[in-house]
Amino acid sequence: MNPVAIRDSYDVAIIGAGPAGLAAATLCAKGGLSTVLFDEQASVGGQIFRAIEETPVTDKRVLGASYWRGMDLTRAFRSSGAQYVPEATVWSLTPEREIGVSLHGGSVLTAARRVVICTGALERPFPIPGWTLPGVMSAGAAQILLKSAGLLPAGRTVLAGCGPLLWLIAWQYLNAGAQLSAILDTTPAGNRARALPHLLPFLFSGYFRDGMKLLRAVKREAPVIADITSLRAIGDDRVTHVEYRRGNGAAQRLAVDNLFLHQGVAPNVNLPMAVGIKHRWSDEQLCWVPVLDAYGNASIDGIAIAGDGAGIAGAEAAEWRGRLAAMAAARALGRSVPDPEETHVRDELARCLRGRPFLDALYRPARIFRQPSGDTVVCRCEETTASQIIDAIALGCPGPNQMKVFLRCGMGPCQGRLCGLTVTELIAEHRGLSPQEVGYYRLRPPVKPITVGELAALPKTDAALYAVTRM
Amino acid sequence: MFQRSQPDKAERTVTLTIDGRSVTAREGDTVAAAMLAAGIPHCRTTPISGVPRAPYCMMGVCFDCLVVVDGVGNRQGCLVRVRDGMTVELQSGKRGLP
Ligand code: FES
Repeated sequence: MNPVAIRDSYDVAIIGAGPAGLAAATLCAKGGLSTVLFDEQASVGGQIFRAIEETPVTDKRVLGASYWRGMDLTRAFRSSGAQYVPEATVWSLTPEREIGVSLHGGSVLTAARRVVICTGALERPFPIPGWTLPGVMSAGAAQILLKSAGLLPAGRTVLAGCGPLLWLIAWQYLNAGAQLSAILDTTPAGNRARALPHLLPFLFSGYFRDGMKLLRAVKREAPVIADITSLRAIGDDRVTHVEYRRGNGAAQRLAVDNLFLHQGVAPNVNLPMAVGIKHRWSDEQLCWVPVLDAYGNASIDGIAIAGDGAGIAGAEAAEWRGRLAAMAAARALGRSVPDPEETHVRDELARCLRGRPFLDALYRPARIFRQPSGDTVVCRCEETTASQIIDAIALGCPGPNQMKVFLRCGMGPCQGRLCGLTVTELIAEHRGLSPQEVGYYRLRPPVKPITVGELAALPKTDAALYAVTRM
Repeated sequence: MFQRSQPDKAERTVTLTIDGRSVTAREGDTVAAAMLAAGIPHCRTTPISGVPRAPYCMMGVCFDCLVVVDGVGNRQGCLVRVRDGMTVELQSGKRGLP
């Protein structure tokens, strides 16, 4: 059953309907290119503008202007003529730009002359003891529940971690009338001094005033406990307490019903790495970023990356990057998009990027929360602990791929999304190498688990049939 | 633990069965959101140690929301929308191949 007509080929295929994907698709379609936008979610917006067309949170003050800004983008996309395919998981992309899409329980194959990957970011893993307990969830997940289902936390709620998103969700919760028992701020004490040299450009980035207002509002209404140096979620079948330390102080406990964790976001590398796109380790952002030219073109011809998947820069930058990638795609296919001017796009992008070094330095997550030890689970799927990984390193396990063989870590359904950065950093630390030298899991399609039945049901070429049957 | 922010707002609802319980959800909810709103404590138990897990990321990346939807296992509850008459079972441990 396939109610959506997917063509055999398109001029441009865009993967991901967040700000970058929406902006890119709109411009490509306007430029007269046959454009398709695949997205895994049921509604447009990506995570930042999640459920923007249907959120039950209709009071605009709750989610704020940075969310509702997405409405213009969505409207422009809806009227652009681009084909929108929701609930479509792209599980394979080849360097020849053939695309395997899982749709309503079946799979289809298509192809495109240009591909723009806009698969955005993931929250950085936050491996603390007890982070797998029910009742512990990422702050991004809690925010998605608010945007998409209008759910607010009940009972005693603690937010822990660092980064702009942590403060944003706190602010949105307070706007909605939710109570926060505490915000446990893990921002390392030394970060302020290291961020200071980058302050000036940030002041002029346009994010400063709103950011300060938001921070002040949150600090007025919620108890913020700063300088957190250890965290542990405690409970049997569900979290009941969070234990923390301030600086060198003694351990203290708070009773909780909800514990929401966040320490920044990192590019979602699974699809681009599986195609073979070259990445490098960013010491500033502590994650892998793709190697791209000024238009977002990646190391494989005809494939570009836009949005936070190109390096963390936020929603507004994502839009502009999406537009640049669309312009490059149009030009490569012999078309042009008259509007907006490329210089305008570049200026806007530069403005959005101006404050980044400050934010990267200020919210750089502490090593202790990135490189766990002891019984802390690192790989949630295979339940591999930090000490198992550290022991394997001592036994001579040289890298993340060998770690799969030693411990199965990274081999569960999430395909390393929740452990990959931790494993790379742990190996680098314990072997005295840089993360760049250690590398990452080798990723292969399918980048999302699909059933064997789905693969078997794909149309087969004569060559493929011959290879198996010799007939 | 979660609650609806606008509990009495007139919205279209659907009724489904989750873990043997009849649950009313908002139309448009994902299965994972409906489970959290209904106070269902976990989605699955892990194949390795059998401990309970609940949704962690709500964006399709962690796979802790795996449930059995209308008899089909390994569905990501945070990516599937509720439907009237749907039956959701908790997933325990490993699933056999479908
Ligand atoms: S909650 Fe993480 S995949 Fe559904």
